[in-house]
Amino acid sequence: MTRPLSDNPTARDLHRITVDHSPVDETPVVGSRHGRVDALDLLTGVGKYADDLVLPRMLHCKILRSPHAHARILHIDTSAAESMQGVHAVITGADLPVRYGVIPWTQDEYPLALDKVRYVGDAVAAVAASSEDVARAALARIAVNYEVLPALADPREALARSDVKIHEDNKHGNISKQVTLAFGDVDAALAQAELVIEGDYLFHGSTHGAIEPHCAIGHVDGHGLLTVWSATQVPHYLHRELGRVLDRPSHSIRVIQPPVGGAFGGKSEPFDLEFCVAKLAELTGRPVKCLYTREEVFLAHRGRHPFQMHYKTGFDRDGHILAVDGKSLLDGGAYSSFGLVTTYYSGQLLGSPYTFPAFRFDSTRVYTNKPCCGPKRGHGSVQPRFAIEVQLDKAAVALGLDPIELRRRNFIGENTQTIGGFHVGSSGFLQCLDEVERASGWRQRRGKLPKGRGLGIAGSTYISGTNYCIYPTELPQSAVQICLDRSGRVRVFVGTSEIGQGSNTVVATLAADELGVELEDMRVLAADSDLTPVDLGAYSSRGTLMAGNACLAATRELAAKLREVIASTWDCPAGDVGLAHRKAYRLSDPSVWMPIQEAFILAESKLGTLGAVGSYKTPTANVHGDYRGGTIGASPAYSFTAHVAEVEVDEETGDVTVLQIWCAHDCGLALSPTLVEGQIEGSTYMGAAEALMEHHRVLPSGLRTDGQKRDTGPGVEGLLAASSLLDYRMPTSMDVPELTALIVERPDPRGPRGAKEAGEGPLHSSIPAIANAVYDAVGVRIDDLPIAPEKILAALKRKASPSGEVR
Amino acid sequence: MLRLPELEVIIATSLTEALTRLAAGPAARPILGGTDLVANLKTGHTKAQTLVAIGQLPELQGVDASGDVVRIGAAVHQAELARDPDILELFPALAYAVGRIASPQIRNAGTLGGNLCLDTRCRFINQSDLWREALGGCLKSHGKECHVIPGGGGCVAALSADSVPILMVLGAEAEIARVQDGALVTRRTPIADLYDSDGRRHVRIADGELLVAVHVPKLPHGARAVYRKWAVRQSIDFPLVSVAVRLDLDDAGKLKQGKVAIGVLGPRPRLLALDRWAGRTLDEDLAKQVAQYVFDRSHPLPNVLYDHEYRRERLRVEVLRALRTWYAPAAVGGAGR
Repeated sequence: MTRPLSDNPTARDLHRITVDHSPVDETPVVGSRHGRVDALDLLTGVGKYADDLVLPRMLHCKILRSPHAHARILHIDTSAAESMQGVHAVITGADLPVRYGVIPWTQDEYPLALDKVRYVGDAVAAVAASSEDVARAALARIAVNYEVLPALADPREALARSDVKIHEDNKHGNISKQVTLAFGDVDAALAQAELVIEGDYLFHGSTHGAIEPHCAIGHVDGHGLLTVWSATQVPHYLHRELGRVLDRPSHSIRVIQPPVGGAFGGKSEPFDLEFCVAKLAELTGRPVKCLYTREEVFLAHRGRHPFQMHYKTGFDRDGHILAVDGKSLLDGGAYSSFGLVTTYYSGQLLGSPYTFPAFRFDSTRVYTNKPCCGPKRGHGSVQPRFAIEVQLDKAAVALGLDPIELRRRNFIGENTQTIGGFHVGSSGFLQCLDEVERASGWRQRRGKLPKGRGLGIAGSTYISGTNYCIYPTELPQSAVQICLDRSGRVRVFVGTSEIGQGSNTVVATLAADELGVELEDMRVLAADSDLTPVDLGAYSSRGTLMAGNACLAATRELAAKLREVIASTWDCPAGDVGLAHRKAYRLSDPSVWMPIQEAFILAESKLGTLGAVGSYKTPTANVHGDYRGGTIGASPAYSFTAHVAEVEVDEETGDVTVLQIWCAHDCGLALSPTLVEGQIEGSTYMGAAEALMEHHRVLPSGLRTDGQKRDTGPGVEGLLAASSLLDYRMPTSMDVPELTALIVERPDPRGPRGAKEAGEGPLHSSIPAIANAVYDAVGVRIDDLPIAPEKILAALKRKASPSGEVR
Repeated sequence: MLRLPELEVIIATSLTEALTRLAAGPAARPILGGTDLVANLKTGHTKAQTLVAIGQLPELQGVDASGDVVRIGAAVHQAELARDPDILELFPALAYAVGRIASPQIRNAGTLGGNLCLDTRCRFINQSDLWREALGGCLKSHGKECHVIPGGGGCVAALSADSVPILMVLGAEAEIARVQDGALVTRRTPIADLYDSDGRRHVRIADGELLVAVHVPKLPHGARAVYRKWAVRQSIDFPLVSVAVRLDLDDAGKLKQGKVAIGVLGPRPRLLALDRWAGRTLDEDLAKQVAQYVFDRSHPLPNVLYDHEYRRERLRVEVLRALRTWYAPAAVGGAGR
């Protein structure tokens, strides 16, 4: 039934694959305006989040956390807590002495600290009690003797100090990961460049701010099956790690992921609470729940790494990039998390949308005694993308070029390879630039805006999942099982994690079109390891491409069976049978049709119960570099984005107001346009918030380029400046700009119906677009984020003084 | 989630009963909307055994604008006050100031009296028990050291109530009740004198006393007041800069007298008189002098979570912008009235 794709299929071509020339309603579900299949349940409170679940005899768990940023645990006395009325069990590190970590090569965490604590908030002991109040009171009666060690909050200090090691058995001091990769002769290219832009950039830390705090429930049933319900975005990795840490065979563990109230990367690895509730459930024989406080969410963190970057970019006189040389210091916090990947991504994801004839990056991630950094929406590439895009803007100014034109000139093209050897298929980057240029009135308005106003542009790219699982495996990365129901419904069992992004809906739209049913006829059951096949989880923007392809594989097999049965009834070729909108009909004569339910019943009577499975494995040939690390960051397909921001800068106060942002995003094909627009809006707002406002700051402030004063007294090293949603200032609806989301569709043959990612790409360039707009508005560069009013005032002062120095 | 400690709650049915209960000492605390108190009880740096709910007491209700002095009951909700027709007409800057407190939901629960008695705030105290334990405490919790001013002997947590500076320049007074020899008596204190410089207990209302109402004299001809607030966000946030300006002009537009009240410094707001410029006509040049005068006499501290040097600079600009509403209203940037 599928037609071979042309080299450059258009969106229209792809739409026609299943619903060719049908005179009946041929509007596909894919691409139509529809809501999320699960929205009504969540809006009416029918859908249950993890904390909504209450099991009979359930106990409550609280976790004791370290008040020291770095200390050795000398002794823990839990006896007073254990003797309290209502306390059922107390566990410490000795009860779970197995290291875990999402990346198999860098497992350096214990569910509860075994011998050392490495940040304020590190888990030390856990209590299961009859109520949260009793559990909390019990924590206060656990006595821990610590030997306090010097704490390292500044990554430069952590790099330099050999006398203080945060992880004693780490090979190289406090270096968590170091990557240097060079392609081409960077030094020669820079030496020959007409223009070299060189600068220091500081990207501060930020956190995810999902509204639902982490929550998990553990329960061991009479058969010995451990079930863990968790607000996670990686139930499969959780399943694996539970098996390892608890020493349980995988068949004795069931992980269920209820609907998740936001994650953004902050729930993409196992956390202490999941191991604790599982262990406490084993010990007590009762269900145990743990719900983080908001402060615990800030402490668990895994947010965006602070990056201190030095970038050198060489250009010829026409603005073509000749070489890029980037050096980055990543502040990793206390543990590895995804840090190995982050360190690679900090360079490997920069190879498009611009041609880099020569490229070198040197990235070092260090451990510090702070909450652990990890993946946040746009993992690893948001920070260097900021540096690159500001560098391009500086080059455009220096060369007197329009910055959009400069970007066009450097476009890498389609069906090509990055200098790091990644295969780039479709790319709508030029269309994205065109769209934001047109929509923002760039040509007519730029340079003619009133005083204090400016326009800025930036572009970016992101992955649609990665070609390799984070542990070595030949197994599929995503799979679905699908059943047709004699009532005319379709059930899809899929391992993907619905975290609010709409993965259930994406799967449903694809299946609905293939099988000729409406979205309302779809039943999607997701992320229950007993009932659904394995999917690796909701990270690296992999869901649409991978689960979508798996779903298409299964549904196309089923649709072919249906067509054959119907064709034999109508005595026509199977290729003449169309399926759309609850009808099976003859493509050559649509007056011949039957209700889809009848078709399902007919097929079931002939073939028995109707079901199929489908799975997806990423391509591995000619898609990545052939060197150590050359696979990390390689994706089946890449999305592209461009942003234009319009800002107003108040030169008296330093306030920056973003008046409007236009974002064009190439998602291949918008399966659910409303969801794509939602992702564009959410990503762009999240980026704008990082540009101007949000700051996951640890005292003292750690990374600063200007060597400024410490802002606190002694004794506060390693404490979060803001660990509540009051102090951690995320924008409210009053603080966000007008936003125009523009969908660009450049289908990729590797995506399901051509679709690529939309969840993370549209964050990246919003930040440099705002920074570049600030320059356009008032002629100052703020290269250390966030762009706060005091920095604007200081920069304006420097600019106004003849010597360029602050008076 | 954070949990409230176990508490006794008494719903007072008369002012006398409430006052009697409150005379027991600081372990008994009055509660109206609870938007500040409940959060502080949950994070544990405020302790109480008994809450005396006073929201139903008739003495604390209503806005009465019939006389020369407007009486506002302490239990009047901030949201109500912000849209009260009399307040909007007589004191638009007060309506604006209480309309900028926190968020719509909090203003629906929070009251004027609650805002006046808002506890002082500091980045080292408004934290969880784990955080404060890790810090080693401070003067306002279990510690002995001030982290805002190392070596400092007094708590300098910041008065953060939006309604205080504007009520100060309006010359408002607090009506405070107590029971004396079995009889109910009240005293009046100017809002400007209601606050002390000890951040641990900055409201000068004794145990056994209760703020019942606020009295605001109607403005004479030629007088007007303006409140300006700066915070990072347009909603939810406590002020980082909080300043009210009042000018009384004669018919020729010359300054008769003026006042500036500044919040979010230490525990005590500052009131500055502008009498030295009496007889002058306000223009940009004079406004800059006034702004500089305020700047020179105001020293925001690193007690709330924003660069204090910038807050000082910002204060100068906000004063300037407040003054511009008199002579160049179109040029005023940002929000404010």
